[in-house]
Amino acid sequence: MSRLAGRFAELRAAGRAALVPFVTAGDPTPDVTRRLLPRLVEAGADIIELGVPFSDPMADGPVIQRAGERALAAGMTLSGVLDLARGFRANDRSTGLVLMGYLNPIVAMGHARFAAAAAAAGIDGVIVVDMPPEEGEPLLAPLREHGIDPVFLLSPTTSVERMRRIAQEASGFLYYVSLKGITGAGHLDAASVAEALARVRGVSALPVGVGFGIADADTARRIASVADAVVVGSAIVRRVEQALDDPERIPDRVGGFVADLRSAVDAAKRGAPDAAERAEPGSAKR
Amino acid sequence: MSDSIELSNRPAVLGGAWPDAAGRFGEFGGRYVAETLMGPIEELAAAYERFSSDPEFQAEFRAELRDFVGRPSPLYHARRLSETVGGAQLWLKREDLNHTGAHKVNNTVGQALLATRMGKTRIIAETGAGQHGVATATVAARLGLECVVYMGEEDVHRQAPNVYRMRLLGAEVRTVTSGTRTLKDALNEAMRDWVTNVDDTYYIIGTVAGPHPYPRMVRDFNSVIGREARAQILERTGRLPDAVVACVGGGSNAIGAFHAFLDDPDVELHGVEAAGDGLESGRHAAPLSVGRPGVLHGNRTYLMQDADGQIEGTHSVSAGLDYPGVGPEHAWLKDIGRAVYTSATDSETLAAFERLTRIEGIIPALESSHALAHAEKLASARSRTGIVIVNLSGRGDKDIPTVAALQGIEDLPG
Ligand SMILES: Cc1ncc(COP(=O)(O)O)c(C=O)c1O
Repeated sequence: MSRLAGRFAELRAAGRAALVPFVTAGDPTPDVTRRLLPRLVEAGADIIELGVPFSDPMADGPVIQRAGERALAAGMTLSGVLDLARGFRANDRSTGLVLMGYLNPIVAMGHARFAAAAAAAGIDGVIVVDMPPEEGEPLLAPLREHGIDPVFLLSPTTSVERMRRIAQEASGFLYYVSLKGITGAGHLDAASVAEALARVRGVSALPVGVGFGIADADTARRIASVADAVVVGSAIVRRVEQALDDPERIPDRVGGFVADLRSAVDAAKRGAPDAAERAEPGSAKR
Repeated sequence: MSDSIELSNRPAVLGGAWPDAAGRFGEFGGRYVAETLMGPIEELAAAYERFSSDPEFQAEFRAELRDFVGRPSPLYHARRLSETVGGAQLWLKREDLNHTGAHKVNNTVGQALLATRMGKTRIIAETGAGQHGVATATVAARLGLECVVYMGEEDVHRQAPNVYRMRLLGAEVRTVTSGTRTLKDALNEAMRDWVTNVDDTYYIIGTVAGPHPYPRMVRDFNSVIGREARAQILERTGRLPDAVVACVGGGSNAIGAFHAFLDDPDVELHGVEAAGDGLESGRHAAPLSVGRPGVLHGNRTYLMQDADGQIEGTHSVSAGLDYPGVGPEHAWLKDIGRAVYTSATDSETLAAFERLTRIEGIIPALESSHALAHAEKLASARSRTGIVIVNLSGRGDKDIPTVAALQGIEDLPG
């Protein structure tokens, strides 16, 4: 069982949702990220999403765009991100580590070389925002060969038919994008998310994470009652940005926020009808 | 795949129709976008497939090109320039005489018709030189559609006349300050808008880039350029040209000029990229000349990128060529050897700009002046009986402030 699958199985048994904070690797410097990652775990992260900076982040809002620009200015590269991951993995064998980024840096490294290097660095899953499954073949084979879970996004515009097709290619978990828009947009609608998750569960037994637009503890709690994982990105990266004048404080400041998110996620009522449906994927159709 | 001869004149070179159903031109093209856009793009592809073979749509498109754009555009024999250069005869395909002053309007007319058929009420676009933005704002005004145009901050300054034109036409121009603040960043921002407003918004991409079906669709709408030019040169001279030359930013005017000639093996096709300060300087916009294949803006193509796969900043005196990628069909034509790609520097371009202006009384766009610079070289190496067609993709009115500044004229009157 992959590390991601194992973590989700444990959480399911404990009746908890996973907390998945996102940070851009190298923002504002590789050293800050190096110190920040273990703090995220102390604060309650089950899985960390590590953003790989890219010059043209088409699916990201201004907050994560700026984080990427800072990281690139600090010299961050895809192999630099893998170095950070390796350093983290040397001291932490249990927290899930998922890369999230765009395809071109992977193409530049070479699909097979990337998959091997990511596996060696202790990466568990990879999300490539601009690689739909239709274009996935050159990367998916080497990822699977190295035991890395390809994680795919689903969105409000994804038909049930596409969901089924995507779920066949995915492993680890599925990532439902809670809104039509870019990261950091603020118009998540919890009720329609719950409905969409029911559709996802109708086609796949994989755990389902929800992200894009979860900006505070209260939203995190509401989403945790229906999803298997709560992904928080821009709200965390914004806290990094707010502490730029004193980077020493970034790990504590972000750690404090993630701890609040943890409490909120754990306060979610997961005995709710949606959680019951999840156990029997076939019954989730509405 | 349905046949849309009228729009694309899809030739049979190397065995028929392309791109394939997945939008591939050989190993290039495809559809690399975020999941939220996959549904809308499939919907767009289906709509295009349907309407491009619909005789009523084709008739309306042709009528718009005739009555609103002013087609056919003339093919002009530049006799004095040919004499000055001293070689083959230079013929100019006058896309600069189209309504709004460039080839860009061929595409915006087509896509706007498609948008209205799809029931979209809001149009967005990216623009570099502002020509595509103006052409989009124009058709939006004509059809009563809301219009938002994204433009990099650097381009807003250097193409100021076009910014004002767009605003006059009722479009909202949004200045893009992210990344390198030029065309590629405007495209990113337009994609972000589209992903946020997919329900009512149609994104009119201005060149043969982007995810499938854009490279095919934009090519089809612009292929009228080469179809006309081919018929015109046959009628005027009784033979095909030795070469067709066009500048390449994203590549829409070039693919439009080339397509009708693809099956004429004796006609050389030359695409001219922006060499900026020179290819060795690193300050240029010539991905086909010095880039490597990668993935950007929804397709796989040649890109200017560093070893880590980060997209590099570009430089060109012309905003419309200041783009680090190129349409995937050009990448393919390069690899199979059907077209050749070369480049012209800023200074060669400015010299060609001045020559055409003084000798023929035609002020060309700086983009098109790249094609002129190379065509003059080609012509001078050939005999006087040779024929070289240059696609004069646009007029230079928008560039007057840029050229004036380069000539040290600080204060333009007015
Ligand atoms: C007059 C003119 N020519 C050429 C271009 C370059 O675009 P493309 O390569 O798509 O023809 C532009 C772009 O703005 C333009 O305005």
